[in-house]
Amino acid sequence: MALLEIRNVTRRFSNYTAVDNVSISVKAGEFFTLLGPSGCGKTTLLRMIAGFDLPDSGQILLDGTDMVGTPPEKRPVHTVFQTYALFPHMTVADNIAFPLKMAGKTPQEIKTRVGEALDSVRLPNFGSRFPHELSGGQKQRVAFARGLVNRPRLLLLDEPLGALDAKLREEMQIELINLQKELGITFVFVTHAQDEALALSHRIAVMNRGNVEQIDEPSRIYSFPRNRFVADFIGKISMMNAHVVETAPSHLKLDVKDLGEVTAAGNADVKVGDNGVMAIRPEQIRISHPSAEPYLKNHFLGKVHDFLYVGDVTTYIVELSNGIYIEALLPNSAPGRATFFEVGDQVGVSWRHDVGIFLND
Amino acid sequence: MIKEGAKDARLARFLVGGPPLLFLLIFFVAPSLIMILTSFRFPGEFGGLAPVTPEDTAAGEYGLTPEAYQFFFSDILYAEIFLKSFVIASTTTLICLIMAYPLAMLIARSKKRFRNLMVLLVVLPFASNFLIRIYAWMIILGPESGLSHFINAILGVFGIAPVTLLFSPFAVLVGMVYVHLPFMVLPLYTNLEKHDPSLLDAAQDLGANSWQRFWSVTWPLSLPGVFSGSALVFIPVLGMFAVPEILGGTGDILIGNLIKDQFLGTRDWPFGSVLSIMLTLAVLSVAGLATWFSRFAAGQRA
Repeated sequence: MALLEIRNVTRRFSNYTAVDNVSISVKAGEFFTLLGPSGCGKTTLLRMIAGFDLPDSGQILLDGTDMVGTPPEKRPVHTVFQTYALFPHMTVADNIAFPLKMAGKTPQEIKTRVGEALDSVRLPNFGSRFPHELSGGQKQRVAFARGLVNRPRLLLLDEPLGALDAKLREEMQIELINLQKELGITFVFVTHAQDEALALSHRIAVMNRGNVEQIDEPSRIYSFPRNRFVADFIGKISMMNAHVVETAPSHLKLDVKDLGEVTAAGNADVKVGDNGVMAIRPEQIRISHPSAEPYLKNHFLGKVHDFLYVGDVTTYIVELSNGIYIEALLPNSAPGRATFFEVGDQVGVSWRHDVGIFLND
Repeated sequence: MIKEGAKDARLARFLVGGPPLLFLLIFFVAPSLIMILTSFRFPGEFGGLAPVTPEDTAAGEYGLTPEAYQFFFSDILYAEIFLKSFVIASTTTLICLIMAYPLAMLIARSKKRFRNLMVLLVVLPFASNFLIRIYAWMIILGPESGLSHFINAILGVFGIAPVTLLFSPFAVLVGMVYVHLPFMVLPLYTNLEKHDPSLLDAAQDLGANSWQRFWSVTWPLSLPGVFSGSALVFIPVLGMFAVPEILGGTGDILIGNLIKDQFLGTRDWPFGSVLSIMLTLAVLSVAGLATWFSRFAAGQRA
């Protein structure tokens, strides 16, 4: 049985529906992420799980028990807030001790558990400091320790890394994964940063306008987005209008206007005659000199329209013969600025027969 | 260059800060010195101070005496009046705090567009004259008022003899609380309004019920507001003479009334000065204690 079961939950505010008939189930020990742009309903959903908001309809079950009548302070669910919400008048140790005190633990147990929690977030000597004496990353760790110290059934994390700079954020991501693994506590993580979601999660629910667009493992979300929204929101992707001319279990044959026949990954849900888009990730596209040996299928000619050097890779924007722009990624594995092509160069563009995805309209 | 800039800034600061400094010097420090001097002089026969003649000066007498201080310490009555004033001031402060806290919380947690209106309502009584407001209480608490009749009717049901509300310590307390309540509400509101609501969410999320949330988060964070509000109520109440004069009975005089009497009634200026100095010392020590306490509270945070 799932640890957290969200069943047909709807939450309406006066003029819009923040969460629209959402059903999600989270398994015990899972690192589950709600991912979506701002206003997609992910934070509203999180607040309902914590108990700060109630659904207009539907159920939220924890260990099979409906949580509707249970106020936040009685739920075995703790939250790490976006702003950390550390108590400014308490020391780090008192902050971490707070949930234990509220749970009526003995002073002896509180002392031991606070010490353990400080060790687990690598702040062993910070107990007597006050929050305003800590850096952003340290505050973040104290917030994690406070959320985890009383071993909740579920830890909710509301964009906890949003306020950190890029380098620190990456460090904290790794720490967060390790903490979760170590403690085995189920995490429900809310973020709008798709790279963070892909890096951290066991499974991701991509949300948009109050709906869940897709629930899947990160690699499947990235490689097999179920619709245009997911494809567009997660990572970079090039899309071109296409319609299906032939279906086979292993592949699809598509007709892309003014370009020609394209072979894409097989998809059982697609019928001949369907209209939609062919989507492909930049790193799956190979660009080469026009004379180089192409893949057998999906080989087209184009012209370099622009490129973007970002250090580890260079992104090329190539204009195909049909006027469509397609993005291709080349790793800069050679030293120096490894620009292989200049703007205006004629290039060959090709991709494997099974990496393009067809998405129905 | 930098040095010159710093010099310019110092000059500017002096030019801006100078006039108010001068004002305080002339109208606070100088009168205080005069008062200290007065407290060591003999009273004049018809008020004022006894003159110092050239003969006195020639004989090495400058008309100075500790008589007024001796008089102050010779009678327990004055200590009792000081004590009573402190009790009234503390009680008023406590009642104001208990009444103002929920009100300030209500204002701080209501919608932003209502807050200014509510604050305006709190300070609105200041728009009418202070004495008129106190005299209004005379009518409300008077023996023929609806309130008096109502209370005495209820007391009558239980066979208790009717009471007089006016000219009693009760009336003094009512007047004091009424006049000083806004001075407690405003600093409390200013403090509570700045509280981060996510702290209460966090406390609730971590298992605190509403009572625990108040005592572990709201109250400790509001202590600076509590201290400044208490100082703003306690200190003026200690020196207040109008309220006990109008609403109190003959036995309800406080330090303020005593001082006023020395200058306007008894016309014993040196003794009035002694009382004023004692009051100032009392207020300063209370203010010092309050500052120390709030530092201590802040120190727990810092």
